[in-house]
Amino acid sequence: MPDTNVPSPPPLYAPHRKIYPRAVAGRVRSVKWAVLAVLLGLYYIVPWLRWDRGPGVPDQAVLADIGNARLFFFWIELWPQEIYFLTGFLILGAIGLFAATSLFGRVWCGFTCPQTVWTDLFMWVERRIEGDRNARMKRDAGSPSRDRTLRRIAKHAAWIVIAAATGGAWIMYFQDAPTVLWQMVTGAASVQTYFFFALFTLTTYVLAGFAREQVCTYMCPWPRFQGAMLDQDSLVVTYREWRGEPRGKLKEAGHGDCVDCGACVHVCPTGIDIRDGQQLECIGCGLCIDACDEVMGKLHRPQGLVAFETLANLAASTAAAARFAPGPERREAGMAARRRLHMIRPRTLMYAGVLSVVVAAMLGAFLLRDTLTLTALAERAPPYVRLSDGGIRNAYTLKLADKTRNEGNYTLSLDGPPGLQLVVQDVATDAAGRPVLPARPDGVATFRALVTAGPELAVDGRARLRFRLLDDQGRVAASGSSVFVGPHR
Amino acid sequence: MAAKPETDAVSGVVTTGHEWDGIKELDNPMPSWWIYTFYACIAFAAVWVVLYPSLPFVRGVLGYTARKDFAGTMEVQQARAEPMLARMRAATPAAIAADPELRPYALAGGRIAFATNCAGCHGSGGQGAPGGFPSLADDDWLYGGTFDAIHTTISVGVRNGENPDARGVQMPAFAAAGLNMTQIGDLAEHVLSLSGGATDPAAATRGAALFAENCVVCHGERGEGSRELGSPRLNDHIWLYGGDKASIIRTTAYARAGVMPTWASRLDPATINMLTVYVHALGGGEQ
Repeated sequence: MPDTNVPSPPPLYAPHRKIYPRAVAGRVRSVKWAVLAVLLGLYYIVPWLRWDRGPGVPDQAVLADIGNARLFFFWIELWPQEIYFLTGFLILGAIGLFAATSLFGRVWCGFTCPQTVWTDLFMWVERRIEGDRNARMKRDAGSPSRDRTLRRIAKHAAWIVIAAATGGAWIMYFQDAPTVLWQMVTGAASVQTYFFFALFTLTTYVLAGFAREQVCTYMCPWPRFQGAMLDQDSLVVTYREWRGEPRGKLKEAGHGDCVDCGACVHVCPTGIDIRDGQQLECIGCGLCIDACDEVMGKLHRPQGLVAFETLANLAASTAAAARFAPGPERREAGMAARRRLHMIRPRTLMYAGVLSVVVAAMLGAFLLRDTLTLTALAERAPPYVRLSDGGIRNAYTLKLADKTRNEGNYTLSLDGPPGLQLVVQDVATDAAGRPVLPARPDGVATFRALVTAGPELAVDGRARLRFRLLDDQGRVAASGSSVFVGPHR
Repeated sequence: MAAKPETDAVSGVVTTGHEWDGIKELDNPMPSWWIYTFYACIAFAAVWVVLYPSLPFVRGVLGYTARKDFAGTMEVQQARAEPMLARMRAATPAAIAADPELRPYALAGGRIAFATNCAGCHGSGGQGAPGGFPSLADDDWLYGGTFDAIHTTISVGVRNGENPDARGVQMPAFAAAGLNMTQIGDLAEHVLSLSGGATDPAAATRGAALFAENCVVCHGERGEGSRELGSPRLNDHIWLYGGDKASIIRTTAYARAGVMPTWASRLDPATINMLTVYVHALGGGEQ
C-alpha cells in the first residue's frame, strides 16, 4: 500500500491550455517596448550597414561570409581558424548572462530573449487584429463566423510577413544584404538560401505564434539551471504576500491590499499566478507589476504590491509586518524593514572577476593576433629520401597565410643543425641564395621546401627545425617549426 | 479485453486497458500533424515507386539509374576539363612545367593520376618500395630524370612484353652463367667496395677481375651504370634490391628484372604529361 501521508506531487501530465494575455500599460511595459524596438531595430538594420574595405572585399559591416570563409565585423576580419574569438564572445555572453541573472533575476528571459521579443511582437499584432483578451476568448469560444475566419487569416498573414522578414534578415548576415534580397525577389538565389529563409520563417512563425510560453517552460534549458545563479539578494518578480494577504473584496474589512482582481494573472504571458510564489514558468517580464500597479493606483493604495524585490527583503518585510493587522501600519513596517540592494557579494564579485579575465584574455589575444603565419608540415610519405651520395632529404609543405590584403615578399631562412640546405620549389632566390616567398594577399600561399643534409651531417633520428620568414628589414615576420627526420644510426 | 473503457482521473483521457506495474497507458489519438505527415509520406512513396526504380526488376517511368546519372556527371565534368586537358595534350611536359598557369593544374592532375595508377608500386609519395620498386623522389634514375626521359619511361614501361620499345635489358643470372658462389661472393664484395662499403678487402680485390670480365659492359668500370640500358649505378647509396652483401649475392646469382606496364595504351597523353610533371617535381627531376 502506498504511504498516503506523503503529499502527492503535482501531476506530471498537464494538457495544454491556451493563454490569452491581456494588454497592459505601465513602466515595465514601456521599458519592454523600448527594448523591443531597439533589439528588433538592430536585428533588421545591422545587415544594411556598409563598411568600405576596398575593392574586391564585401562592404557589409557585419557579415559571416561562409562562401569565402571570412567573418567581417566592422574593422575586424577573422579567418575560420580564429573562430575561438567567437567562442570567447559566446563565453563572455554566458558569463554576462550569469552575472545579470544573479543581480537582476531573469531580465534576459523577460526583456531581451528573442523568444520573448518576437512573441511580444506577435501578441501585439494579434491584439490589433483579433482584439484583447476578452474579445479573443469570446470569439474563440463562439461559433465559426465570417468575421472570425477573416480576422484569423489576417492575423496569420501578418505573422507570416513578420516571420519572413525575420528569416530574410537572418540570411543577410551570411550574404551581402542588397544582393541576396534582390536575388531572393527575382528567384536567382541559391536553393540553400531559400531553404534557410523558409526554415527561419517557419521557426519564427511557429515559435512566436504558437509555441510561445511552451518554449520557455518545456524546451529551453536556461530556466532549469538559472536557479543556480539566483540567491536571496537577486531581484525577482515577487508578490508581497505580507502586504496583500489575506486577499479579499475591497469593501469588506480585515483584508490585505490584494483585492483578488486577477489582473496579474490575466496579463501573464505564461499564464501563471505570481501570488503562488517563485515558479519555473515565470520569465520575469514584470507585466504583472504593471497590472497590479494600475489597480493599486485606482484604489489609491501605494503601488508595488507586486514588484521586483529580493527574497531577503521579502523575508525581512514579512517578519516586520507579522505583528500588524492589515492596514497602513503593516504596509509601512514591512517597507521600512527593507534593505538597500546588496549588489556586491561573493557571487557577483566572482562573476565580475571571471568576466574581466575573459575580456582581458580576448583583448590580449586580439591585439597580439598575427596577420602573417607560417606553418611547416613535414611530408610523411616518405618521411625522408636517401640520396645517391648517402645524404638525407626531407620535404615540407609550407603554408604562408597572409590575413592582410597587401602584397609582400619574404625571405625564408632555416634555423636548425648547421649545414642543412634549403630549397623551395618554384620560387626565386635573393642575392644570398635564400628563397623568396611571395605572400598571397588575403589568402594562403603553399610552397614545397626541400631540406637536404649531406652525408657528412650526422642527423640521428630527428632534429628540430625552425623556418623563419624575414621581411625586407630582416626582421622575423613569422616562423613555423617542424622536424627533420633521418634514419636512426 | 477490459469490459468497459476506463478514464484516467488526472488527464481525463481514456486508457487502453493495459497495465504494467500500476502504470496505465493513455489512449490519446495520434496528433493530427503526425497522421497527415504519415499520409503525405505514403502518397510520396506511391509517386516515387512509379517514377524511380524501387522494386526488383522494375525500372521507373523516368528511366533513372544511378549508373546513367554518374555517366552524365562524368560527361559534364569531362567537358569542363577538356579545354585544359587539350592544352596539356598539346604541350610538352617541359613546357607545361614552365607555364605558371599549366604547372599547378598538371601537379594536381598528376597527383591524382599517380595515386590511382602508380602509388601501388612506387608508394604514395613516390618513395618506392623494397624489392625493385624504385624511389622516384631521390636523385638516382635508372632511365634518366629529365622530362623527356620520364615521359618515355611512363609511356613505354619496362620489360613488360607488351611494348617492343619497353625500357630495360635483362641481366644474366650469373649462377647459371658459369660463376660459382665463391666467385659471386667476391664479386659482391667488389660491388660493395665501389660505394665504400666493403668488409673484406682481399675478396674485393679478387672480385675486381671478375667485375671487369662480367659486369663493366653494362655497369661501367667504376659501377657508374648506364641509363641507355637501364643498368643501375652500383657506386652510390641507393639499392633497388638491397645493399647488404646477401642481397647483392642473390641479385648477382639469380638476376633481377623489374617490370612496369606501358602506360601509353592505358592513359591518355594529357594524363601522361601531367604525371611526368608531377614525378619530375617529386624531388629528383633533372633539367
